[in-house]
Amino acid sequence: MFEIILFATVKVIVVVAAVLTGCAYSTLLERKVVGHMQHRIGPNTAGPFGLLTPIADAVKLIFKEEIVPSNVEKLTYLLAPMISFVPALLTFAVVPFGKDNNFFGRDVALVLSDLNVGVLFVFAVTSLGIYGIVLAGWSSGSKYSMMGAVRSSAQMISYEVGYGLSIIGVIIIANTLSLSELVTIQTGPLWGTFSFLPNWFIFSQPLGFLIFLTCAIAETNRAPFDMPEAESELVAGYHTEYSSMKFSMFFIAEYANMIAVSAVGTTLFLGGWDGPFLDSLPMLSVVYFVIKVFLFMFFYIWLRATFPRFRYDQLMAFGWKVLFPLALLNTLITAFVVIL
Amino acid sequence: MKDILRAIGNVFFKMPLGFVVTLKHLFKKPVTLEYPKKKKPMAPRYKGQHYLERYDDGTERCVCCGLCAAACPSDCIYMEPDENEKGERFAKVYEINQIRCIYCGFCEEACPEEAIFLGQEYEFSSADINSFVKTKDQMLVAHPRKENPFKKLLRKARKVYGTVDK
Repeated sequence: MFEIILFATVKVIVVVAAVLTGCAYSTLLERKVVGHMQHRIGPNTAGPFGLLTPIADAVKLIFKEEIVPSNVEKLTYLLAPMISFVPALLTFAVVPFGKDNNFFGRDVALVLSDLNVGVLFVFAVTSLGIYGIVLAGWSSGSKYSMMGAVRSSAQMISYEVGYGLSIIGVIIIANTLSLSELVTIQTGPLWGTFSFLPNWFIFSQPLGFLIFLTCAIAETNRAPFDMPEAESELVAGYHTEYSSMKFSMFFIAEYANMIAVSAVGTTLFLGGWDGPFLDSLPMLSVVYFVIKVFLFMFFYIWLRATFPRFRYDQLMAFGWKVLFPLALLNTLITAFVVIL
Repeated sequence: MKDILRAIGNVFFKMPLGFVVTLKHLFKKPVTLEYPKKKKPMAPRYKGQHYLERYDDGTERCVCCGLCAAACPSDCIYMEPDENEKGERFAKVYEINQIRCIYCGFCEEACPEEAIFLGQEYEFSSADINSFVKTKDQMLVAHPRKENPFKKLLRKARKVYGTVDK
């Protein structure tokens, strides 16, 4: 009994620490990559290659003054950062980050909790994060925050539909909602026949993957769908009135959401921790998982450096007129093929 | 339907082009400089901080003829002549008011002795307004001189652009 609790605690601590470090260093990665894509150098002053920049940023943010504007709804204002921060971390509870492994003579599943409705849980929890944004915008008592929040909710309504439908195809094929089982199904050759390709759902569900990718960007409020925090129009959007750690909680939540969505996308479409040579070296699975999540993150940053922000009505039209029908079509075709 | 087709077209034919552009730029050398640490080399004929030349034996070239002051459109050069024991003229006081100076380089062109030059130094901001009046001590090159890198550039520039040799 004690051992089970110990292993669970250690796993939780390691995962949370890894995710928070990942958040910190993805900010550095973003600034470096976007900088070089714009012919700039990027941060390089703190530590070698600027590797201590995230730490310096964190220290700076902690020591900043906590400003609470006079016309805010105090309770909601203080709660909102936490509401958006916690769901961002909760997603990692169900994402399997490695193959079952043997530690100290005991089989340990490298997943915090193998929920049998894992996919449902992920989608429920990521949608909760929007509440933090909406409440922050509403309670700030600032027009910029308010408009950011309104945009965020409208964006969520247009995208959540396509987001949810895009993975239905995967679930129809896999016939399970557990993320661990989804990964296990994706091991092995493609459709059991083509040995040169792995059985990842990106090959059987390319359309679903593209829709998922697009919706995931909108879901995490990233460029080119970063309407809720459009700098050029809304100052900073929903977190305009926040300072110090309250701001940094939103900031961490945004990056944690990015990592979470990347991890879920990896699990659903890129085979999770699947990769070669896992039989002899099971710990390699964690490395594969991290690499795939990193590629996802790099794509996010790349996208941000490449495309300008959508206009508000374009975004809604895109969500309802393009992604929604395409996701429906994808579901229809998949269901049809599976029945055959 | 039109929207869907257009979106699909964009995803497969237009968006990759954008991605390729940014990816190419990722591997190019940044054009920005970390300014206080690294400096951009100035053009050979850049007109910056003035300096006064010496002959190779260390005597000053300037004979205080006043042609530079006469040529100066902003009237920023002030000098007082004196004679040494051999009866040669030299400048007892030679001052350039940097705030008045427009860095046109007419003094350099007017000088018959090749004594005054505009160098490459351009960082002369200061909080003290009096420090902008440069005295002779501040402008005269050291003797024995360190190899003046600007002189070399200047010679090269003269070769390229062809200044009248006096």
